[in-house]
Amino acid sequence: MDKVRDRILSGFSVAGLFVFLYWAQGNATEYQVRLLNNCAIFITLAVSYNLINGICGQFSLEPNAFVAIGAYTSALLTMTPAEKQLSFIIEPLVWPLNVISFPFWLSLLVAGTVTAFLALLMGFPVFRVRGDYLAIVTLGFGEVVRVVANNLQSVTNGPLGLKGIAPYTNLWWSFGFMTLTLFFVHRLTGSSFGRAMKAIREDEVAAEAMGVRSFRHKMMAFTVSGFFEGVAGGMLAHLITTISPVLFTFFLTFNLLIIIVVGGLGSTTGSAIAAVLFVLGGEALRAVEEPFSVGPLQVPGIPGMRMVIFSLILIVVMIFARKGVMGREEFSWQGLINLIRGVQESGVQGVK
Amino acid sequence: MTFSIFLQQLINGVSLGSLYGLIAIGYTMVYGILRLINFAHGDVLMMGCYFAFYAILIFSLPWWVSFPIGIFLTALLGIAIDRGAYLPVRKAPRISALITAIGVSFFLENLGLVLFGGRPKPFHRPPVFGKVLEWGDIRFLTLSLWIPSIAFFSLLLLLWVVYRTRTGRAMRAISRDMETVRLMGVDVNRITSITFALGSALAAAGGIMWALKFPQIDPYMGIIPGLKAFVAAVLGGIGNVLGAALGGLLLGLVEILLVALMPSLAGYKDAFAFLILIGILLFKPTGIIGEKLPD
Repeated sequence: MDKVRDRILSGFSVAGLFVFLYWAQGNATEYQVRLLNNCAIFITLAVSYNLINGICGQFSLEPNAFVAIGAYTSALLTMTPAEKQLSFIIEPLVWPLNVISFPFWLSLLVAGTVTAFLALLMGFPVFRVRGDYLAIVTLGFGEVVRVVANNLQSVTNGPLGLKGIAPYTNLWWSFGFMTLTLFFVHRLTGSSFGRAMKAIREDEVAAEAMGVRSFRHKMMAFTVSGFFEGVAGGMLAHLITTISPVLFTFFLTFNLLIIIVVGGLGSTTGSAIAAVLFVLGGEALRAVEEPFSVGPLQVPGIPGMRMVIFSLILIVVMIFARKGVMGREEFSWQGLINLIRGVQESGVQGVK
Repeated sequence: MTFSIFLQQLINGVSLGSLYGLIAIGYTMVYGILRLINFAHGDVLMMGCYFAFYAILIFSLPWWVSFPIGIFLTALLGIAIDRGAYLPVRKAPRISALITAIGVSFFLENLGLVLFGGRPKPFHRPPVFGKVLEWGDIRFLTLSLWIPSIAFFSLLLLLWVVYRTRTGRAMRAISRDMETVRLMGVDVNRITSITFALGSALAAAGGIMWALKFPQIDPYMGIIPGLKAFVAAVLGGIGNVLGAALGGLLLGLVEILLVALMPSLAGYKDAFAFLILIGILLFKPTGIIGEKLPD
């Protein structure tokens, strides 16, 4: 009975989301649409990053590499030859990329597949090490990708980057893909593969002793993560319409890290909630960078204060609230009902 | 490539390599004792440069006063970071300490951006470092002699502290088993603060040398030296001070000679360091000198 109820409620929520999107498409301001798109893309990124970091427990710092690869691949595939001519002014683009032009959905698919394939290749050296070394090796790969993108003039146009990418991403694409990612990751985590990954996170040696092939599962998490991050990168490229290597520095990884830590390492729901908080909070904190007044005090705006506050939040969360917002728990309709009932009861008792 | 060009690049390589080594020995010392990759090491280096810079600028102190002041203030900063950020997560799983280190690193970078401004500032190079020496076809700055000497003396100083003093003995003991050392009545927190102070002072010394060599400082200058110092430390055997110095030297030489031999790949030189890191971790993870890779 509960399962049926859950399914109905989930179905209604998804339908409600798409009704909202339909309304927003026509009526919301451009700024709000952009915020919504950002939210969706960051939720996708956070949820897939959480898969390798939080659920499989392998502390990796690779998202900026995968997002970069996905963005460049997708952009290079969708731009028409004329647009490419405009961008590649120093060195012409290498064949066959300079003559092909794919439709959007195909380029996203190819971007995801290429990124997943590269994740597969990367996984072989990366998973030979553990813990701190894994972090540094993945960070190193991220830097290598950025340096290559910066220098491979004939493929990525070097530091000039690609401009004039067609703005294909709209609410349907970003939220549609986000729903797909959430669904896929949720089902993966609940399956036996997900349980194996969690076992690896808790105690890899014991998991191996129980017969879990840790390399295989780590690789699985890594490649799935890579696929979704690559596609999200492609959508990001078609949202921002200009990409260059400076977009994909460690900064991006750091932002995603803050998101999944604050949301709760290991909780898909937590990452999604934290991603929304991050995008909206980042906008709200813009106020800190303008002069504002607190009562009689006039506080001058300090540009850059936003990132100081974000880093402080990360440090404070790590020291005082390591579990983050959701800890390891996921959202469930039963949990929400219990929460509402609890609030109702305490409300009633308050009245008494 | 003629012999004199090769010799020139060799001198450049030794100069750069000993710089990497100087930064790496602080990095590896902290890791060896606390098993913590101090992501913030590069940013502590950056703060050291700025301390020295402002000591010269605001107080008009001569360089031989402001450099030691910069180093001293950075040591205090290191103690503050240890007490404020790393001490509360000492008991937590390793991932938390790592994430906190990343958080501290970003905090320092953005604080530097807010306090000092993003525009690169010129670092004063005193004449004693800037004289150009010539020897046949080869030219180099006196700086290229100073850096290896300072690195060498810092290495000797660190080796003396770690192997010949009581504090050093406590440090080595803590790297084996922190709990038992606590049981032996040693104030572990005090020793770790001293470790951080020493490591940060070395980072500041390395940073000031870096700023003398590449006389522009900006809040993000510490990232690349920090990462390369880590590669150097792993190359030489993480946790081993002598290994870090050797690793740094090797890394600097390889970087300069690779660019000298294949100038068209000069843009990729940062990537070389990481490829070396990945290679070492794949084929000889204990590094050149080799210590058991911790779990």
